[in-house]
Amino acid sequence: MIPAAFEYVRATSLDDALARIAATDGAKVIAGGQSILPLMKLRLARPETLVDIGRLDELRGVRRLPDGRVAVGALTTYDEMLKDDVLRHYGLLRDALPNIGDVQVRNRGTIGGAIAHADPSSDMPAILLALDAEVVARSARKERTIPITEFFEGAFASALAPDELITEVRLPGGRDDVGSAYRAFEQPASGYSIAGVAAVIGARDGDRWGLCAIGITGVGDHPYRASGVEQALLAGASIADAAAHATDGVTVASDIHADREYRTHVAAVQVRRAMEAAIARLE
Amino acid sequence: MTTDMLGKRVKRVEDQRLITGEGRFVDDIKLQSMVYCAILRSPYAHANIRSIDTTGAKAMPGVLDVMVGADIPYNPLPMAWPAGGSAGLQNNVNMPRALATDGVKWTGEGVAAVLAETPEQAFDALEAIVVDYEPLPTVVDAEKATQPGAPQLHENAPNNIVFDWTVGDRDGAAAAIDKAEVVVRQRIVNQRLIPNPMETRGDIGWYNPGTEEYTIWMSSQTPHIQRILLAIFVMGIPEHKLRCISPDVGGAFGTKIFCYADYVVVLEASKRLGGRPVKWIESRRENYQSTTHGRDHITYLEIAGSKDGEVSAIRVKTYANLGGRLSTIGPGIPTTLYARVLSGCYKIPNVFAEVLGVYTNTVFVDAYRGAGRPEATYVVERAMDLFANEIGMDPAELRRRNFIPPDQFPYENPSGLGTASGGAKIYIDSGNYEPAMDKALAMAGYAGMAKAKKEARTRGKYLGVGLSTYIEVCGVAPSKWIGAVGEGWGAAMWESANIKVHLTGKVVVTVGTQPQGQGHETTYAQIVGHELGIPMEDIIIQHSDTQGTPFGYGSYGSRTSSVGSTAAIKAAGKIREKARRYAAHMLEASVEDIEVEGAEYRVKGSPDKKKTFQEIAFALDLAFDAPEGMEPYLDETAYYDTPNCTWPFGTHVAIVEIDEATGFVDLVRYVAVDDVGNKINPMIVDGQLHGGIVQGAGQALWEAAVYGDNGQLLSGSMLDYALPRASWIPNLELDETVTPSPVNPIGVKGVGEAGAIASTAAVANAVNDALKPFGIRHLDMPLTPQTVWKAMQAAKGVEA
Repeated sequence: MIPAAFEYVRATSLDDALARIAATDGAKVIAGGQSILPLMKLRLARPETLVDIGRLDELRGVRRLPDGRVAVGALTTYDEMLKDDVLRHYGLLRDALPNIGDVQVRNRGTIGGAIAHADPSSDMPAILLALDAEVVARSARKERTIPITEFFEGAFASALAPDELITEVRLPGGRDDVGSAYRAFEQPASGYSIAGVAAVIGARDGDRWGLCAIGITGVGDHPYRASGVEQALLAGASIADAAAHATDGVTVASDIHADREYRTHVAAVQVRRAMEAAIARLE
Repeated sequence: MTTDMLGKRVKRVEDQRLITGEGRFVDDIKLQSMVYCAILRSPYAHANIRSIDTTGAKAMPGVLDVMVGADIPYNPLPMAWPAGGSAGLQNNVNMPRALATDGVKWTGEGVAAVLAETPEQAFDALEAIVVDYEPLPTVVDAEKATQPGAPQLHENAPNNIVFDWTVGDRDGAAAAIDKAEVVVRQRIVNQRLIPNPMETRGDIGWYNPGTEEYTIWMSSQTPHIQRILLAIFVMGIPEHKLRCISPDVGGAFGTKIFCYADYVVVLEASKRLGGRPVKWIESRRENYQSTTHGRDHITYLEIAGSKDGEVSAIRVKTYANLGGRLSTIGPGIPTTLYARVLSGCYKIPNVFAEVLGVYTNTVFVDAYRGAGRPEATYVVERAMDLFANEIGMDPAELRRRNFIPPDQFPYENPSGLGTASGGAKIYIDSGNYEPAMDKALAMAGYAGMAKAKKEARTRGKYLGVGLSTYIEVCGVAPSKWIGAVGEGWGAAMWESANIKVHLTGKVVVTVGTQPQGQGHETTYAQIVGHELGIPMEDIIIQHSDTQGTPFGYGSYGSRTSSVGSTAAIKAAGKIREKARRYAAHMLEASVEDIEVEGAEYRVKGSPDKKKTFQEIAFALDLAFDAPEGMEPYLDETAYYDTPNCTWPFGTHVAIVEIDEATGFVDLVRYVAVDDVGNKINPMIVDGQLHGGIVQGAGQALWEAAVYGDNGQLLSGSMLDYALPRASWIPNLELDETVTPSPVNPIGVKGVGEAGAIASTAAVANAVNDALKPFGIRHLDMPLTPQTVWKAMQAAKGVEA
C-alpha cells in the first residue's frame, strides 16, 4: 500500500498548472486526492509527476452567472457544495451529497475530480447529466465548454484532453416548474452505486410532461442519459412504463455484487423511484 | 473514588488512551536502526516455483537482503490441534513455512521477503524479484475438492481430505431418522468470512547478538503460547531466549491467536542482519490474503422428529474448508468446537456428525469470533425453523417443546461433550432457557407478528421474524479436556495472575491473558478493587509481555472473565490472607480474630482497633517489624484451572422487512435477551453484545469472501467485502436473565462471542420467514438483495 516513487509539484496558479501539465510527460493532476491516491497506493496508477492544484482558490466556490446559471468551481468540495446556499435548492444535490463517501471523502473530494476521474459508478456524473450541465475545460492552448452529455466516453475515460483541466461546471438555474431527485442503490462495500438515478421532471402542460432528464450511473460502462425513458415519458407513457426503458441500448455491467439481470432490474426500479420522488417534490 | 465497583457500569480506563491516539500498537514502535520488511506474495493460487531470481532486487537502493524459503532453515509452523476421533489422529498435516519452499497453495502465500532501509524501498524492490511459476489447476470449493478428478494439493492427502471425523451415535441417529414421522433435509452453506480486525497484523523481530536472545513485538492474542511454538517447535531455540511482547492490540476476533510465518521471517531476518530490528506491517490487502479466514462450511443437514414437535435426531455431514495449508488450530474448530455442541440448547437424543476437513487453494481457515459454535448454532437454529415449517408449528413453540428442562442440569449432551476423551467430562452446567425466550418474545411483540406482516404488505414489504435460542461454550477450558490430544489441543488452558502491593498501597496486577480491545484493564481492576476494598484508581493491570507476566494462555474463547478473573480473585485472596496475618501482628490479636471489610482489617469486638490495607502494605513492605517467619512484601501469584466451561444462553429476535421491488433486506428491529450470568461491567457486556450482534448480522446479510474458480480472491479489499455500517443497524434492544454460573466464584460466564454466535441465525431465520409466502424454504447467506430478489422471481406464481 505504498505508491511507486513520483515527482510532486504544487501549482501556484491556473496558468502555472496548465503549463506544467502541458510540459510534463506522465503528469497527473491531484486535487482532493480521493481517487488518484488509492490507485497509486495499489500501484494501479504510477504517474511520474503529480501536479497539485489543490490550493488554486480561483477554482473554488459557487457563483451565479449573469444569465442565471450557477457555476461551481472545479475544486469545490462535496462538503462545500452541501453547505452552499445556492446549491441547496437543487433536490438532486440534497439527495446525493450527504451519502457520497464519508466525512473525510466529502471534505477532500471535489466536483472536478469526480467527473475528471469518470468512474462508471460515481454519483455526481448522473446528477450533472440530468441537469444538462456544461463542463468548462482549459488548456494552455484554449478554453472550451463540453456539454456533459458528450463528456463521459467509457470507464474512466472522458472527453478531457491530457493537457486540459476542468475549471468549472455550469448548472442551469433553478426552475419552479421542475422537480428533481436522486435515488441510488448502493453496493454495500464500496458505497458506489449499483444503479444511481438522477431524475429531473417538469414543465407540465395539460396531461403531458414537457421536460424529463434521467442520468444513470453504475449500470453501463459510463454514466449516461436514459433517452429511452425520457422519450417515453414525454410521449405520455406512465412512469412505470417509461422506467422500463432504463437500460435501452446499454451494455449492462455485471460483477460479484449484481449480475446483468439484477442490475438491469434494479436500474428500472430506481428510475421509477427517482421519477416518482422528483414529481412528488414538484407537487 | 469508589470501591463499590463490581457489577457497575464503570467507564473503560483504557479508552482515553485508545481514542485519543495515545495507544501503542506494533506500528507505533520505532527502534534504533530498524529495518523494514515487505513480503512478496504469490499471484497464483496453486503453482510450482521453478526459480526465484532476487539479483535485481538485491541491487535496488536501500535493499539489505532478500530472503527466500531456502534461506530459513527452521521447521514448518506447528499444528497445535490435530483432529482425532474415530478414525484416529490425522496424519496428513501440511503446515506453512516461513516462506514457501514447495510451491504455493493459495493466492497470497509468502514467497520472498525484502529487507530494506525504508518501507518504500522494500516495496519497490518486491517488483524486481522475478519468480518463475508453473501454474497448476485450482479448486476452491471444499465439497468439489473431495470429488474424483479434483486438483490435488498435497501428496499425503488423497482427495484433499485432511480428516474424516465423526462424533455421536451413528446407528442411533440412523435408526431415529429411519423411523421418524417427519424428516427434513437441507444443504446449508456457512460462507467464508474475513475477520477484519481494525488493526492488521504486524511484528518486529530483534535478535540481540550480545545475549543471543530474541525479542518479538507482535499483534497477538497469545504471546506466551507464541513463545512456546516459535522457540520450541519452529526455531529450536531455548524457550527462555525468546521474549514475546503484544503491545496494544487493535482487535483480533481470533485471527491473532495463531502462529504466523512472518514471525519467523522477522526474527531470522534480524539475526541475518546482525541484530538490526526488522519490522513488518501487514497491509489490509495482505490481511485479506495471508491472515486466517473464518467459517466456510457446506453442510448436509437432516433433522427428524414427530408431527407434534418432538425432535428425535439431527445428523450432519459437513465439508469444512481449511485452506491450502493448515493454520495453528484449524482442525479443532469444525470438529470439537462445532460438532460437539451441534444440539445446542435442545434435548435431542440422537446426534451424529461427520466432518470432512478439506484442503483447497484458499487462505487457511481457523477460529473466528465464536469458532465452530456460530457454525453449529446456525445449523441447529436453521434446522429448528425448517422442522417447525414442515410440521406447521410456530418456531418458538417447537423450541419450547425441545429445550433442555431447567431441572436437568448439569446436562450431558449426546454429541460427545460428556463422553469426551481425556478424563474430563464436559457438561452444560446450568441453564433456564424458557424465561429468556418468553422475555424476548414479549419485547419483540411476537404475538402481533401476523398483523405486522399484513401491514407491511400494504407498503410493498414482506416482514419476517427470526429467532435464535443459542447457547455458547465460554471459559475455555479445563486442561484435562482441552489437553487431550485429538480432542483438544494437547496443552493446558489454565490462567494466572500476580498481584504486587507496593509501598503506598498501590497495586500492580499482571495477568497471563491478553486484551485486544475488550476492556480487561477495567474489568480486572473492578474485580481486584472489589476483592481488596481499594479504589480502581489505585490499580493498574499489566499484560502482554512474556517477561514480567506470569504464564497464561491468552484471550480467546470468551475465557478471560471466567478463567482469568478467577485467577485474579484467587491471587487477591492470598494477598488478603497475608495482610490479615500481618494485621493480627500489628494489632496484637490472633489471626482468627481479625475480620476484614473492604480495606479495613479490625479486631472482632473492638471496632477502634483496626488497620487499613494501605497501612498494612506500608509496614509489610518496609518489614522493620515483621514477625518471625513472615516474608516481607505483599506479592502473590495464583493459577487457576477451571473445572468446566461456562454456558451463556439467550434468545435473539430479528425483524426484517424485504423490499418487494429490489429484494433489499432492512433489519428493522433487533431484540436480545442474554444470560451471561453475573456481570463484572454491564456496559462492557453491552458493548460486546452490540459488536457481536452486528458482526453476526454482517454474515447474514452482507459479508462474503468470494473466490473465483482460479483461486483469485474477488472480494479482495474493503471495496468488495461489505462490513456492516452503524447506519444499517437498528437500535439494539437488550435485556437479560441472570443465571449465575456455578463454575466460578463470581458466577460470570463470558460474553465475547455470544452476540456473533446468536445473531447470524436470528437474522437469516427472519429473512427466510419473510419469504415464506413465496414457498421459499431456505436461502444461503449472505442474503443480498440479488439473492433474495432472484429467489422471489423464481418462486413467482407460487405466492399464496
